[in-house]
Amino acid sequence: MATVIIPASDAGHGYTTTGLPSRKIAIWAFIGSECMLFASLISTYLIYKGRSLTGPFPHEVWKDPATGHVFKPILNIPVTSVSTFVLLMSSLAMVLALAAVENRDIPKHTFGERVLGNSRLWLFVTALLGSTFLSFQAYEFTSFVHEGLTIRTNLFGSSFFTLTGFHGAHVTAGVLWLLTLLGIDFKRGLGPADALNVDIAALYWHFVDVVWIAIFTLVYLIK
Amino acid sequence: MATLAAPAIYTPAEKRESTLYSWLATTDHKRIALLYLFTAMAFFLWGGGEAELLRWQLRAPNQHFLSAEMYNQIFTMHGTTMIFLAIMPLSAAFFNLLVPLQIGARDVAFPRLNAFSYWVYLLGGLLITVPILFNSAPDAGWFGYAPLTTAAYSPGIHIDFWVIGLQILGISSLATGFNFVTTIINLRAPGMNLMRMPLFTWAAFCTQFLIILAFPVITVALVFLLFDRFFGTNFYTIAQGADPLLWQHLFWIFGHPEVYILVLPAFGLVSEVLPAFSRKPLFGYPVMVYSLILIAFLGFGVWAHHMFAVGMGPIADSVFGITTMLIAIPTGVKIFNWIFTLWGGSIRFTTAAMFAIGLVAMFTIGGISGIMHSSPPADLQQTDSYFVVAHFHYVLFGGSLMGLFAGIYYYYPKFTGRMLNETLGKWHFWLNFIGSNLAFFPMHFSGLNGMPRRIYTYDAGQGWDIFNAMSTTGAIIVGAASLIFAYNMVMSRRRGAIAGNDPWGGPTLEWSIPSPPPVYNYAHIPLVTSRYPMWDLKSPRLTAEVPHSARADQAVRVQVGGRDEGEIRLGAQPESIDDKIVSQAAERVATAEELGIAIPYSTSKPFFAALGIAVMFSGLLVSRLGSAVLEFGLIFGGAALLVGSLYWWLTSPLEPEVAHH
Repeated sequence: MATVIIPASDAGHGYTTTGLPSRKIAIWAFIGSECMLFASLISTYLIYKGRSLTGPFPHEVWKDPATGHVFKPILNIPVTSVSTFVLLMSSLAMVLALAAVENRDIPKHTFGERVLGNSRLWLFVTALLGSTFLSFQAYEFTSFVHEGLTIRTNLFGSSFFTLTGFHGAHVTAGVLWLLTLLGIDFKRGLGPADALNVDIAALYWHFVDVVWIAIFTLVYLIK
Repeated sequence: MATLAAPAIYTPAEKRESTLYSWLATTDHKRIALLYLFTAMAFFLWGGGEAELLRWQLRAPNQHFLSAEMYNQIFTMHGTTMIFLAIMPLSAAFFNLLVPLQIGARDVAFPRLNAFSYWVYLLGGLLITVPILFNSAPDAGWFGYAPLTTAAYSPGIHIDFWVIGLQILGISSLATGFNFVTTIINLRAPGMNLMRMPLFTWAAFCTQFLIILAFPVITVALVFLLFDRFFGTNFYTIAQGADPLLWQHLFWIFGHPEVYILVLPAFGLVSEVLPAFSRKPLFGYPVMVYSLILIAFLGFGVWAHHMFAVGMGPIADSVFGITTMLIAIPTGVKIFNWIFTLWGGSIRFTTAAMFAIGLVAMFTIGGISGIMHSSPPADLQQTDSYFVVAHFHYVLFGGSLMGLFAGIYYYYPKFTGRMLNETLGKWHFWLNFIGSNLAFFPMHFSGLNGMPRRIYTYDAGQGWDIFNAMSTTGAIIVGAASLIFAYNMVMSRRRGAIAGNDPWGGPTLEWSIPSPPPVYNYAHIPLVTSRYPMWDLKSPRLTAEVPHSARADQAVRVQVGGRDEGEIRLGAQPESIDDKIVSQAAERVATAEELGIAIPYSTSKPFFAALGIAVMFSGLLVSRLGSAVLEFGLIFGGAALLVGSLYWWLTSPLEPEVAHH
C-alpha cells in the first residue's frame, strides 16, 4: 500500500508543505530581494568610482583648482574598522539572544549559564551595538559634510551617501525591531514559542551585517 | 462515482457581504481577486480610452486634435497604465483566485499582506492616473529615460507623479511576490509535488521570482531619480561625469524581466484553457515547466537588446543578440506544445478556447518580429519606429491580454459563481481579433516606411497615411469590443447563468469545489495523486497516460508528522474530494464554524498601512508648493500612520483559535 508522509505542521497554524513556518520562507524571499537592492546600489557605486570630476575623493588627495584648497582622502579607514568590528560583534550577541530565547525553559545553575541565558541582556547588547554603529555613521557623515563632501558635491558623494545611507536605514529598522522584541521580552518574557519571531529578526540582522562586509570591503578597503 | 457526478449546484448566497467596509477589510483571497479584477478592468478601459485618443490624433496627416504636450502625457500614461495598472493587476487577480485553489490551500500564506498589496496598488494607481485630468501627467514615456526625466530637462510636477507612483506600485508588487512565493512553496496540499502543480501555478511561481528579483533594481533607479529631482544628487547629471546609460541599464535589467512578468501568467492561463477544451492532458507537461523556468532565467540576461541603438560595441551587441535569440527556443517549445495539445483533441470552441488559440497565433507573430529585433543591425533600422510598436502590441495585446481574456472567460464562474454570456463573448472575440490585427499589423509597414513612434502628428505623402487610417479603424473596433466585454462582465455578475462547481469539465482541483468557493475553499485539504485529479474522478480515460503516485481506486496510508492517520481511499468514493461540501451542496454549503475551520479576521489595518504609504509619498509631491509645514506634516503623518498600523497589525492575531479535532 502506498504511504503518503506529510511533514509535521507549523505549531498552531496547520499543515505546511515543507514543514517550515511560512514566515521563515518569506524572510528568505525578502532577503533574496534585498540582495538585488544592494547589488544595484553597490554596482552603481563601483561604476561611478573614479568618475567624479571634482573632489573630495575617497582615497586620493584633491587640490581644488579654484581655491587652491587641498582635500585629504576623505575615508577614515581606522574609525570605520572599529565600527565594522562593532557591527560584526552585534551578530554574535544576536546569536546568543536567539539561543537564550530558544533555551529559556532549560534550568540554569551557574552564573555563566544565567548570563548566557539572559535574552533581555543579549537583545539589549545587540541593539546597543547596532546603535553604536549608527552613531559612528552619524559621526562619519557629519565630519564629511564639514570637510566639504555632501550628497550633492560630486558623483562620489551621491553614490556613497545613498549606498551607506540605505544600509544605515536598514540598521535603524533592525534596531527598532530589536527594541520591540526587547519590550515584549520585558512585558511578558520571550520563550521557545516566540523563537520564530526572534529567528526572523536575527536572519534580517545577520543579512544587514553581511551586506556591510561587502560595502566595507568594496568601498573602504579596495583602492 | 455516481454521487460525485451528480451536479452539486451551489447557488450564490442571496445575502452576500457587500458593505463598503466588508470590501475594505476583507482578507479573503477570492474577494481580493475580485477587487483586483474589476479595478484592473477599470484601469484597462481608462488606458484604452487614452489609446483611442492617440489613434484619433493619428488617423490622418496634420491633425491637431491634441497638442504635442497633451499627446506626450497621453502616450506616457497609456503605456504606464496598461503595464502597471491593467495587465499586472489582472494577472494578480488570477494569482489571488487561483494559486490557493490550485494547490489545495485555504488561503495565501499572508492574507493581510495580500489585502495590503491591493490597497497599495489602488492608491498608487490613482496617484499616477488622476494628474492627467489636471494637465500635469507624466510625459516622458513609460520607460522615463534619465537624464530626460531629471529636473533640468523635465521641470515641474509631471515626472514627480511618475517616480512616486511607480515607487508605490513597486511596494505592492514586491509584497505580492513574497506572499505568493511563500504560498506556493509552503501551502501545497499533500501529494501536490512540484511536477503536479497546474501550469498556471507554475507560471505564477516563475513570475513571482521575477518580481522579487527585478523590482528592487527599478526601485534603486527610481530612488536615484527621486534624489536627483528632490535633493540635488548627481546620479544622472552628465555635467558631473554621470553615465548617460546608467538609467537605461538599471531600467532594462528590470524592464526585460517585466516583459515576462506580463506574459508568463497569460501563458499559464492558456495552458489551463487548452487542455480543458481539447479534452487532452497538456502536451509535454515537464517541458512546459522547464521552458517557463528557462524563459524566466534567460529573461535576466537580455536587457541590453533594448539598447542596441546606443552603441555599446560589437561584443556587447553580439552577446545580447545571442542570448535574445536563445529565448526563442523555450518560447517556441511552448507554442508547439500548445498546438500539439490541440492536435487530435475534441476541441470545443468556447470563447475562452478561441482567445487561447488567438494568443497562440498572435503571440507567434509578435515573437517572430522579436527575433528580428534580436539582430543588432536589423534592430538599428527598427528602433523607435512603429515597427517596434507593432511588435510589442502583438506581444502584450495579442499575448498577455488575449491570454488574460481567455482566463477571464474560463474562470469568471469560479470568481463569481456565474457564467459570462457566450454570445457577447463571441462578439468580443471576433471584434477584438479583427480590430487588433487591423490596428497593429499595418504598424509594421508604417514603421518600415520610417514613421517614428511617439510623434504627435505627421505630414502627408510619406507613405504612412493609409496604414495609420487602418490602425485607427482597428483601434475603434477594439474599443467597441472592449465595451462589449465590460458590459458582459458587469451584467453577468448579477444575471449570468449559475455555473455550478465545474461548468467546463476542468481537470484541476479548483473545479471540485463550489463556485464561488466557500470562504475556507476546501472542507478537507485534498490529497493529490496526479496532475489532473478531477479527470481521474470523472473521466479516468483521459489521464491514463499521466503519471500517478496511486491509482484513484487505491487505498493510501497517510502519516502526518510521523503520526499515523490511517487509510484513506482516493477516488472511488465521494469522500475523496470534499465529501462534506458534496453531500451538503444540494441544499447549502457548510459554514466555517460548522466545520471548525479558522478563518482570518476581517481587518482594515492593511488599508491604513497602505494609506500611510500614499500620504507619506504625497508629502514629497507637495514640496513643490513650498509649504514646509504641509510637506513634513504629510511625510511624518504618513510615516506615523504606516508604522502605527504595522505595529497594530503585527501584534493582533490573524485568526481565532479553533480547537483541533
